[in-house]
Amino acid sequence: MNNSRRVALKTTGAFATLVSLGIITQSQAQAAVDHASFQVKTLQDALKAIGGTAATSDQVSVVSPDIAENGAVVPVGATSKLPNTTEIYLIVEKNPAPLSAGFMIPAGTVADVQTRLKMGQSTNVIAVVKADGKLFSATKETKVTLGGCGG
Amino acid sequence: MADPMRIRAALAGDEVTVRVLMSHPMEAGNRKDAAGATIPAHFIKDVEATSNGKSVLKAMFSGSVSQNPFLSFKFKGGAKGDKVVVKWTDNKGESRTDEAAIA
Repeated sequence: MNNSRRVALKTTGAFATLVSLGIITQSQAQAAVDHASFQVKTLQDALKAIGGTAATSDQVSVVSPDIAENGAVVPVGATSKLPNTTEIYLIVEKNPAPLSAGFMIPAGTVADVQTRLKMGQSTNVIAVVKADGKLFSATKETKVTLGGCGG
Repeated sequence: MADPMRIRAALAGDEVTVRVLMSHPMEAGNRKDAAGATIPAHFIKDVEATSNGKSVLKAMFSGSVSQNPFLSFKFKGGAKGDKVVVKWTDNKGESRTDEAAIA
């Protein structure tokens, strides 16, 4: 059977069962992205997992170096000035697992997060933000001198 | 069990900036060791930070996050002395919880 159908069936079935058993609430079951989606291998699949195409917005910014000396540890941040930003995702386009991190921002938390990512090679770093249910993005290219994914 | 997380939480104006340094190998599962065997995936999957019983951030990481993950975020509504509690869970089901007071 096609592997992504398998995964989709597994996860929808699993969540439905858990919700019916009352183990997780309805809102958790509908959480934007689940861990199965984090294993997608392409940028297109990552965007699909997050919920579709995102409009570029100058209210969203991704902060990453122009040149990263060490691809194993690249500081990356994302901010959103859009009101009601509820989720921020960081995608490293050319990584084997492009969807690198997702942040769920509750009310009262500022849409401004930073972390450090591995980058296998020079790539675009894309921040996708969900605000009021709609997706917006910003992209920055980072050149990597020494790749950080090993092998 | 991993080393403790280093957490710093500082209040400036009405925003608390939290910086966390977690201790974890973060193996993505696609590196090979000297013998040529693939090193199995072992990485933090979920992080949750709460303060005063309220969730202030949830994060999901993949193996693309660097070893010894760093995380920084900001939230409003915290007061000096409040605790910020951070918990991570990895793909093997191990977890670790640490806390710090807002300075």
